[in-house]
Amino acid sequence: MKLHKQKAEQKPLDRSNKFKKLIYDLKTGWQLYIMALPAMLLLFLFAYLPMGGLVIAFKNFNFRKGIFGSDWMDPWYKNFKIIFDHNDAATSAIRNTLILNFIFIVGGTIFALSLALAFNEITHKFFKKLTQSLTFLPYFISTVVVGIFVSGIFGYDHGTINSLLVNLGFDKVEFYMKPSYWPVILLIVNIWKGAGYSAVVYLATISGIDSSYYEAAQIDGASRWQQMWYISLPLLRPTVIILTLLAIGRIMNADFGLFYNVTGDMPVLYSATDVLDTYIYRALRMTGDIGISSATGFFQSVVSFVLVITSNAIVRRYEKDAALF
Amino acid sequence: MSRKLTLGKLMVYLFVGLFSLACLYPFLMVIGGSLTTQSEVTNYGIRVFPHKPTLAAYKALFINRSAIISGYKVTIFVTVVGTAMSLFVNSMMGYVLSRKKLRFRRFINLYVLITMLFSGGMVPWYMVCVHYLHLKNHIWALIIPSMCSAWYIFLLRNYFTGIPEEMYESAKIDGASEITIFLRIYLQLSKPVLATVTLFTALGYWNDWWLGLMLIEKSEMQPLQMLLRNIISNIQFLQTMQSSPQIQQLMATIPGDGIKMALVIITTGPIILLYPLLQRYFIKGIMVGAVKG
Repeated sequence: MKLHKQKAEQKPLDRSNKFKKLIYDLKTGWQLYIMALPAMLLLFLFAYLPMGGLVIAFKNFNFRKGIFGSDWMDPWYKNFKIIFDHNDAATSAIRNTLILNFIFIVGGTIFALSLALAFNEITHKFFKKLTQSLTFLPYFISTVVVGIFVSGIFGYDHGTINSLLVNLGFDKVEFYMKPSYWPVILLIVNIWKGAGYSAVVYLATISGIDSSYYEAAQIDGASRWQQMWYISLPLLRPTVIILTLLAIGRIMNADFGLFYNVTGDMPVLYSATDVLDTYIYRALRMTGDIGISSATGFFQSVVSFVLVITSNAIVRRYEKDAALF
Repeated sequence: MSRKLTLGKLMVYLFVGLFSLACLYPFLMVIGGSLTTQSEVTNYGIRVFPHKPTLAAYKALFINRSAIISGYKVTIFVTVVGTAMSLFVNSMMGYVLSRKKLRFRRFINLYVLITMLFSGGMVPWYMVCVHYLHLKNHIWALIIPSMCSAWYIFLLRNYFTGIPEEMYESAKIDGASEITIFLRIYLQLSKPVLATVTLFTALGYWNDWWLGLMLIEKSEMQPLQMLLRNIISNIQFLQTMQSSPQIQQLMATIPGDGIKMALVIITTGPIILLYPLLQRYFIKGIMVGAVKG
C-alpha cells in the first residue's frame, strides 16, 4: 500500500530515478552483485533447490534417477492416499504436533510473561542480575544435553524424582514407559529452556514503556499490582499478540531436537510424543520410505506456508512494523 | 518506593528465585553426578553433593580420549571456520541490501525473504545434500548447509541502514570500491551487531548435532554433540571400553550415569565457562533484534 502511494507521488521523478539507478548499476552496482553472489548461491542450493525438490512427493523415487529424473506416481496422489487413508501413525503425528505446539504456545507465553513482569518488580540489583543470568542459561545448551538432564531427573533407576519417591516410601514411576506423562514433561522442558529468552524479549518492551505512565499512576495512588495490571500488561499486548501469531504460523513445525533427543526417541512414547518432524525423519532415514516421508513433508510445507502468510497478514493489519514482510 | 517487605513482593522474589534454582539444578546435578561413585548412585540416586567425590568417570573417559579429542577437533574447526565464513557471507549480503540505489535490491530482498517463509522441508533438503551436492561424510557438510541465514542477513541489513549515507558518499568520492567501503567503514562501525551475530552463529555451530545426524556417518567425523548423543544411545561405547582391563576395574566403581555426566561437562564446559563473559551480548542482541524483511 505504502509503495503505491509513493509511486503515485513520485511519478514525474520516476524515470530520472530509474536512469540514475541504471548508471549506478553500471558504475559500481556490479561490485555489489558480486558481493551478493555467495549468499544467493547458498540460498539457492539449500533453500530453493529443496523447494523445487518438493515434487518428489508426486514421484516414484528412484535413487539412481534422482529427484527430478524419477518417474511420476500413478496416480499422482498415490503417496498422499497412503498417508491419509490408512495410516494412524501419520495422523497421530499431525495431531500431536498441533496439540503439543498449542500447549507450548499458551503455557510458554503465560510463564514467560509472568517471569518478565516479576523481573520488572525486583529492585535488588544483584538478585535481578543473578536470576536473569540463571534463567537465560538453559537457552545455551543443545537439546542433546537437555535430554541427559531429563533422563537424570526422570530416569527409572537413579533419577532424582524416583530416588525422592523411594525415600518418601512411594513406588517408582516409569516415566519412559508411560506416554501420558510426556506432554507435561515436554511442556516443562520447553518452558525451562525458553522462558529466560522470551522474558528478555518482554522485558525489552517493558523497559521501552514511558515512565511517566507509572509516575502518574503513583501520584494517583496506584499499587504495584495495579500498575502491572493496568499499565504494563496492556502495553505488552501488541508484543504478545505478534509473537503468538508468529508462533501459530510455525505450529506445524515441531522442534525436532526436543522431541528426538529429550524423549530418547522411545517407540513406547510415540503415541504422545511423535510429531511430524520425527515421523518424517524416521520414514526417511530408518524405514527408508521416501513416498510417505516426502508426502508428509509436502503436506507440512504447504500448510506451514499458508499459516505463515495468514498470520503475517494478521500481524500486518495489527501492527505494521512487527510483520515479517 | 517503600522498602517494606509486602506479601506480593515476597511472592515475586520467591517465584523468580525458585525458577532460577530450577534452571540451575540440572547443571549442578550433572556436575555432582559426574563425581559420584557407582555404589552411591545405586543407593541414593544422582546427587548434587556426593559424599565421596571421585574422578573415576573422567579417568575412564581420559583413557578412551581419542574419540573425544577428534570430536573436539571437528567441533572447533566447524565453529571457527563456519562462524567466520557465515559472518562474511551474511554481512556482505546485508550490506548489499542496505544500498538503496541498487536496481535489483527489491528482487534480492524478496529472494532472501522467501527462504524465511517457505521451506522444502527435510526430505528434499536431504536428497539435494546427498544426491546432488555429495555432502555425505564430508567435513563441509557440517558448515555449508547452515552458513547462510535470512535472519542474520536482515538483522545486519537493518543495522547497516542506520549508518549515515554521508559516510558512504564521502568514501565513494575518494574513489573507494564497494568492498573497501564494506570492510573499512561499515564493518568497523557495526561492532555491536557483529558481536551479537558472531556469538549466536558460533553457539549454533558448537551446539549443532542435526547436520551430523543427517549427513555424517563416520564416527571420527562427528561433532561433539553428536558424539555425546551416540555414546548415550549406544552402550557399544562402554562395551568397547570394557575390553581394556584398566577400564574393567574402573567400571566397577563408576556408573554409566557418571560417564554420561562427565561427558556433558566435557562437551558443554566451554560454553558454560564463557557464558558469564558473553551473556550481555546475547541479551543486547535480543533487545536490538527486531528483525523484519
